[in-house]
Amino acid sequence: MEVFFQQLINGVTLGSIYGLIAIGYTMVFGIIGMVNFSHGDVFMVSTFIALIALMIVTTWLGVGSILIALMIVLIIAMIFTSLISWTIERVAYRPLRGSFRLAPLISAIGMSIVLSNFVQVSQGPRNKAIDPILNNVFVLSAAGGYQVTLSYKQILIVVVTAALLAIFWWVVAKTPLGRAQRACEQDRKMAALLGVDVDRTISITFVMGAALAAVAGTLYLVYYGVVNFHDGFTPGVKAFTAAVLGGIGSLPGAVLGGLLIGLIEVFWSAYFSVEYKDVAAFSILAIVLIFMPQGILGRPDVEKV
Amino acid sequence: MTSATDPNFARPEPPSPVARAAREALFAAIIALGVFGPLLAFRTTQDMQNRLIVETRYGLIAIVVLLVFAGRFLLSLWFARARPEAGPTLGARLSGLVPRSVRDVVRSGLPPAALVALFVYPMMIMSLTGGSGALKWIDNFGIQILIYVMLAWGLNIVVGLAGLLDLGYVAFYAVGAYAYALIATKVIPATFPGLGVWAFWICLPISGILAAFWGVLLGFPVLRLRGDYLAIVTLAFGEIIRLVLINWTAFSNGYEGISTIPRPSFFGVPFNASDTGFAATFGLEFSPVYRTIFLYYVIVCLALLTAWVSNRLRKLPVGRAWEALREDEIACRSLGINTVNTKLTAFAIGAMFGGFAGSFFAARQGFISPESFTFMESAVILAIVVLGGMGSLVGTALAAVAMIGGTELLRELDWLKAIFGRDFDPAQYRMLIFGLAMVAIMVWKPRGFVSTRMPSAFLKNRRAVSADHVKEGQG
Repeated sequence: MEVFFQQLINGVTLGSIYGLIAIGYTMVFGIIGMVNFSHGDVFMVSTFIALIALMIVTTWLGVGSILIALMIVLIIAMIFTSLISWTIERVAYRPLRGSFRLAPLISAIGMSIVLSNFVQVSQGPRNKAIDPILNNVFVLSAAGGYQVTLSYKQILIVVVTAALLAIFWWVVAKTPLGRAQRACEQDRKMAALLGVDVDRTISITFVMGAALAAVAGTLYLVYYGVVNFHDGFTPGVKAFTAAVLGGIGSLPGAVLGGLLIGLIEVFWSAYFSVEYKDVAAFSILAIVLIFMPQGILGRPDVEKV
Repeated sequence: MTSATDPNFARPEPPSPVARAAREALFAAIIALGVFGPLLAFRTTQDMQNRLIVETRYGLIAIVVLLVFAGRFLLSLWFARARPEAGPTLGARLSGLVPRSVRDVVRSGLPPAALVALFVYPMMIMSLTGGSGALKWIDNFGIQILIYVMLAWGLNIVVGLAGLLDLGYVAFYAVGAYAYALIATKVIPATFPGLGVWAFWICLPISGILAAFWGVLLGFPVLRLRGDYLAIVTLAFGEIIRLVLINWTAFSNGYEGISTIPRPSFFGVPFNASDTGFAATFGLEFSPVYRTIFLYYVIVCLALLTAWVSNRLRKLPVGRAWEALREDEIACRSLGINTVNTKLTAFAIGAMFGGFAGSFFAARQGFISPESFTFMESAVILAIVVLGGMGSLVGTALAAVAMIGGTELLRELDWLKAIFGRDFDPAQYRMLIFGLAMVAIMVWKPRGFVSTRMPSAFLKNRRAVSADHVKEGQG
């Protein structure tokens, strides 16, 4: 039972990170019907930006309080990652809008190769490890010699995720910008006719997805303490699985899917085998797409002639 | 907006092209500073105590930003001069730079000339460079590119003809490679040791059949899926097969891979220095280059077989059904075409050629491990098919030569070290440039190099279908 609670805590933490990345997939798919293949690598780039920002803020600027330092790092990572995502959309996706259906997918795969190799060339292929931060833990229960712990990191991750999701939900549900996004999602041509700047709305969608990926990247750096240039692909695919599982196009679905994928991965590792945890994630992806492509909270896709 | 209501509004003079270009270039430079700044200006490395420190490279970022500024400035000026008002897109303008005559030659005269070149290539290289230098050119450029040509032609059956977007093609390549490796190292020595020299020729068809079987097996669950979803599920299948190969060590020896895979023989005559070897049998001096040349002709034949089969199949009912499926699945179903069988045959035949290529790959390398079958390989093969213009064999071959040959060439650019310093290794930019090329070609020609198609069925005369009318299928 203790093991179960510990894994529950770990799973929710991991799931929060997946959920944040998944939102980027789900929003872009919702608005332009494209699997943004490079999103996982945008996440990876954000972990590097966060790493560099953290090093500069703590060692050069000498910010003592780790929480203030992380706040600054988070903002820096969000700004730069958003800028990168904006540029990618502008350079690699916008010229292909309305063209051949496969072109944006190939372009996105190309962009994902570019991002991971750019980081490899500019930062080196080795693992980058930081000294662990926020190591304190609360011991929730110590029955039977097995400690169930809740670390400061995990609290930070869940709190930050919840706070940002609340802000984000408010933007999409209540502001004119969110209304424009939902309009574009339903019918881009009609939205354009009614005066919505479609290109700008799509750009902002990419920027928002990237900003949330940067939050995930910063939290990932805090949680694991290690980043590497090829760490974008697998979390990216898992987050995409989360988006599909929750119902692609649906924001609560992405978060729900993220939590589910995090829990499944953690419990699978704990009770079955660590080696096959990625196989489990990929199998879920295949099973969900084949048997319930609309996901848990998504709308069924109607086949049109 | 305010101008419309202001009666005193006078339309301002349009800014001079130079000023406009400068403004755009400045904007691009600022964006470049933001995009490249964090990762180029700072580099994290380990210091002597193995702790992470940050190094600065302000010079590098300054150069990059200046280059972006200059590039954007010149581009803006060029377009301002060539086209003052809105007109064709960037891609259309760039493709106009290729003269029509060149395009016509590429379309009509290329295949026969290329075939001749293909067959004389090893002799040409041999006479130009002599024995040892030839090895590299035939192996790295000839065989390497031809493997990708064959894989791309095989995938072209699935993606280009049947319109089924497959991102897990490398799975069948892996099935073929492991089938050959395991049968040749474990099964044949244990059962018929006398057949050792024939191992490759026995296993080649078996690998193809096994891969086709896996094609049906993996194709069956995804029959209902289309487009991006199909791509993602096939990606998942490809990754699952790779992860199983990594983790099921009893079967595949995991990361260690399988080594000492028997090399192919010249139809029973092995390529070694012994008295019964190839060189002794034919009265030649022993040299490893004969095996390489033989492998080269094997892959040429396999690739041509792929091309021939897919061209023939296009004329058969099943090929027409594939193309009909690509154009409109619902119409297909209402006309009584069995879409299940049509899709499964496409998967099976495409996978079969992947299996052949995989078994050739294992025979050529002598060593395989799951590292050779990553998602990146699938992405590269699909990129070649799409960049070539889906469905066009010539375009696909051109794309393979350009993308694989081009990135292989980077390994040869050692003289760049003289300019950029000793630490500069052009080969590490291989995939970076590959990715950039993928994006650039998509933006330039979203439908690939050869975007027109020759119809396989026509009423009176055979006319190329222009790119705008070609459907890419719903997957």
